[in-house]
Amino acid sequence: MQMLGEFKLPHFFNYPPYFTLQPVRDTREKQIQLWKELILDYCRTQKVFVIGLDEDFQLFSNPAIERSLSHESREAFLSALVLEGRAEWLDKGHRKCLILWHRIQDWADLILRFVKENGLEDSVMTVEEIRSGVESRGTELHGVDRTILMRALKLLEHKGKLAIFKGTSADDEGVKFSI
Amino acid sequence: MAGNFLPAAKLTASGRPVLDSGEVECSLLSTVDLISEDLSAFPHLKSGLLILTTHRLLWLPSDSNTPNITTAVYIPLSTIQHIFSTKKSIKSMFHSPRIRFQVSTTPEGQVSEKGLKSLVITLVLRGKMDTDSFLGKFWDAWRGQAWEASGSATESGSGSRSRESSELLAVKMPVVGVSGILRKEQEMWESTDKSLQDAFQDLNALMSKAKEMVVLAERMRLKLLSGSNNQTSGTNDEDMGTKEEMQDWLLSVGIASPVTKESAGALYHQQLSRQLADFVKKPLERAGGMINLIDIYCLFNRARGTELISPDDLRQACSLWEKFDIPVMLRKFDSGVMVIQNKTHSDDEVFSRIRSLVSKPDALRTGISASDAAMTLGVAPAMAKEYLLAAEGKGLLCRDVSPDGFRFHINLFPEISPDDRYLVKDHGIYSMWISAVSSS
Repeated sequence: MQMLGEFKLPHFFNYPPYFTLQPVRDTREKQIQLWKELILDYCRTQKVFVIGLDEDFQLFSNPAIERSLSHESREAFLSALVLEGRAEWLDKGHRKCLILWHRIQDWADLILRFVKENGLEDSVMTVEEIRSGVESRGTELHGVDRTILMRALKLLEHKGKLAIFKGTSADDEGVKFSI
Repeated sequence: MAGNFLPAAKLTASGRPVLDSGEVECSLLSTVDLISEDLSAFPHLKSGLLILTTHRLLWLPSDSNTPNITTAVYIPLSTIQHIFSTKKSIKSMFHSPRIRFQVSTTPEGQVSEKGLKSLVITLVLRGKMDTDSFLGKFWDAWRGQAWEASGSATESGSGSRSRESSELLAVKMPVVGVSGILRKEQEMWESTDKSLQDAFQDLNALMSKAKEMVVLAERMRLKLLSGSNNQTSGTNDEDMGTKEEMQDWLLSVGIASPVTKESAGALYHQQLSRQLADFVKKPLERAGGMINLIDIYCLFNRARGTELISPDDLRQACSLWEKFDIPVMLRKFDSGVMVIQNKTHSDDEVFSRIRSLVSKPDALRTGISASDAAMTLGVAPAMAKEYLLAAEGKGLLCRDVSPDGFRFHINLFPEISPDDRYLVKDHGIYSMWISAVSSS
């Protein structure tokens, strides 16, 4: 079986029609479904948070069969993810896509678990510490995309679980937990 | 005769006017009548050539007039007292334009400079010409009074007033050079114009006869229409026969049958339809059971040689097949391509052939193109493509578009489990494909 980094590729990754957007409706629906799942799984294992349509994204081409997805197909599959709520366009021109292989709610739950496991219920932390501090190592929070983290924190702030405040410098935002 | 009123103009042997020294021609008009509405005794000079010079207004009889009766005459511009302006009225639109001027005459009526009486002369311009332009030149020539200063005999004088004016007025008449060509053109045009006018007289006669024919045909048509509407269950065979004959005859004269909408179509199309069905059998066999409509059009017309049919005729003939019991049919694909195929032809049979073709190890690896399918199915590549697209529509095939071209593979998507993308069933087409691909 082929590998892409640590990701195991399925057999149909070598099937040429997989890389051509199918016109027949039933066939296309199946194709879209397979691509959506593949993208999410790959991004989760490889910790990819943003896909740029104009950049070379390894999952979108297979040099072994000399096929790669056209720009139109990429946009089609990512749009399907957006429709499902598992991705968001970061720009109007649909050039960059934020992949939510965990939903924002899931990230929020992960933050809560992280706080509880480390006994941080009433403490203060910088946002940066949450994603790159010692405590986060080994968890999924480590290296999480800043945009996603902020969205999850805002969601929790809205629920009254914490408060976000600005720090001394521009990107030195902090969080006061009150879980 | 005319000599009593108008002096005769001298002509050369070939009928050209002899001009005085310093006299230059300014304008020529054909088909001009010269009359006097006041004086009945004044000669009625019909359809002549009018020549305006710097000194005179000449009237020459046209060739058709016998030269004995009328000779060329002229009116010296010096005798003209007044040129009337043309009034444009509704009446004048329907008549030939007229130019009136007043000349001084002797008591006997002869045109003379020092005459005490006056006479109004009318020019009736019957030919096609620019009246205003001529009138302008006429004015210029008359006011120019070239005859007053015509002392100098030679053209090469210093700038005398008459020379100036005559130069201004002169339209030199060379027979060579571009102007010569232009003049010839003008003359040719004028003669064509005349012969056209004559021809139109004949055409008018023809048109009136044709009108009668059309009226007759219309009456017959109405009779046919009313006849078919009044048909009872017990139709007289004889009547039907004559009616068909009439329809045929009408068609041959170029009038479409009026009963097209009610009946199964004009006889012409019915016959064509049957003929086409017979003709189509052999090419259809050769083409493997399906042939493009355009190809049939070419073959059929080529076979006919003459009396070619139009594309519309072909289409109508094919659409009539459903009304008769004919073993061929017209079929339109989603892509818009129209083909003729046998009624017994079944798509499913073709699809099963395609499936077996595309399940072969080579085809599993690389897929098939339209030409590959064409060879196996024994049809034209364009037809094969239609079949492949139809098979794709049914979910049998998937397309693969790449720089290598447009190819089709067997559709494996249904074989992939939605719950486990890595699962491969034993002995399925999916596992066949995997082994075919991995053995390359």
